[in-house]
Amino acid sequence: MNLTLKIWRQEDAKSPGKIVDYQVKGIEGDMSFLEMLDVLNEQLITKGDEPVVFDHDCREGICGACSLQINGEPHGPDRLVTTCQLHMRKFNDGDTIYIEPFRAKAFPVVKDLMVDRSSFDRIQQAGGYVSVNTSGNTIDANAIPINKDDADASFEAATCIGCGACVAACKNASAMLFTSAKVSQFALLPQGQVEATDRVLAMVNQMDEEGFGNCTNTGACEIECPKGISLENIARMNREYLKASMKG
Amino acid sequence: MGGLIKSSIARKVAMALSGLFLVFFLLQHFTINFTSLFSADIFNELSHFMGTNPLVQFALQPVLIFGVVFHFVMGFVLEIKNRNARAVKYASYNGGANSSWMSRNMVYSGLVILAFLGLHFYDFWVPEIVHKYIEFAPEDPTRYYPELLHKFESPVRTGLYILSFVFLALHLWHGFASSFQSVGFNNKYSVAATKFAKVFAIGVPLGFVIVAIVLHLTH
Repeated sequence: MNLTLKIWRQEDAKSPGKIVDYQVKGIEGDMSFLEMLDVLNEQLITKGDEPVVFDHDCREGICGACSLQINGEPHGPDRLVTTCQLHMRKFNDGDTIYIEPFRAKAFPVVKDLMVDRSSFDRIQQAGGYVSVNTSGNTIDANAIPINKDDADASFEAATCIGCGACVAACKNASAMLFTSAKVSQFALLPQGQVEATDRVLAMVNQMDEEGFGNCTNTGACEIECPKGISLENIARMNREYLKASMKG
Repeated sequence: MGGLIKSSIARKVAMALSGLFLVFFLLQHFTINFTSLFSADIFNELSHFMGTNPLVQFALQPVLIFGVVFHFVMGFVLEIKNRNARAVKYASYNGGANSSWMSRNMVYSGLVILAFLGLHFYDFWVPEIVHKYIEFAPEDPTRYYPELLHKFESPVRTGLYILSFVFLALHLWHGFASSFQSVGFNNKYSVAATKFAKVFAIGVPLGFVIVAIVLHLTH
């Protein structure tokens, strides 16, 4: 299929960007979206033009590196997939496709479609861990009985790959789904209780300091999340935060 | 506790609680208005009680005004903060693919409701304050129903009220159910609570519309 691509090009974080039109030909339906961009970049390099910069790594939906706002939706029109898992058969010959970076003040553009998502790392570093003594006396985690429902909910929260689609989809550029998943995966387990109060306060505080917007419960994040992280996590984080605020 | 005031979650909970308070007030207001459809005497009696009871006038009324002002001011503060969180807008943004129009446009439905409140205060609240606390006019417990009927004589005013109630329904459709999530209520009862909120969001504004139409047609 032949496509018209409208791609955001930006030299660096300080330069103004703009949408630039490109034509790509001979795209197969079985190609992934990133492979389609590879074809475009080969064309650009052959012509001596600057290739389009975009994030990618594992290309199998695990790492959370690939991003891209495609036709107004993070990771494109398909559900429960990352951009690397999005196939070109979802598009039609002659389509025009808008490709933009995930936009948020807390995700500054590095170049073209690549954004700096280290704000997520700082939220995680603020409290997204449990302190476990590993100096030769480690207790097997399976030795602690855990309710099956809690274990399952914790696991589901832990499947968040931190891609940033929740922020990109949210009209307010809120990071509450990401932060709540990272809070929930520990809040549901006995190992997470020791640092529960400090964790939620520190992570929410860091999230606010990074400049993300406020959640208004539109639910866009849950719909666009490639891992199906539930809004229940945000409600749980709200409860954990209020409880911790009263204590702390 | 200090950080609580500044945090995004605290602001969200404050919006939800003030919204729930206003929802409760709305139900009370609707109940009194609805009595006007079948008994002018009951409407007069209830209005007289609300208009003269010191607890309602000097305790609940200031709390209500604070609740309304707080909800609007906080709503606009959050809207500005949220807009600043994405300095460069998307060239292509398909919000309809993942969220409802109501949830994305609360500020606009809120603005219409704010404009309506201006008209509503001009129609009822300001004359009440002038009548009772400026002119010190003698209280007539039977004056409320004729005054209400008079206000809905104009088809334009009745139309404006109906239009406002439509926007109130749109605002409540997202806001009421959303407030449960904001205060951390998301469990096995959430589906039933959301259904109740949706029925309320349609039912109460629709009831106000019926009251407005019936009063207009009574002339």
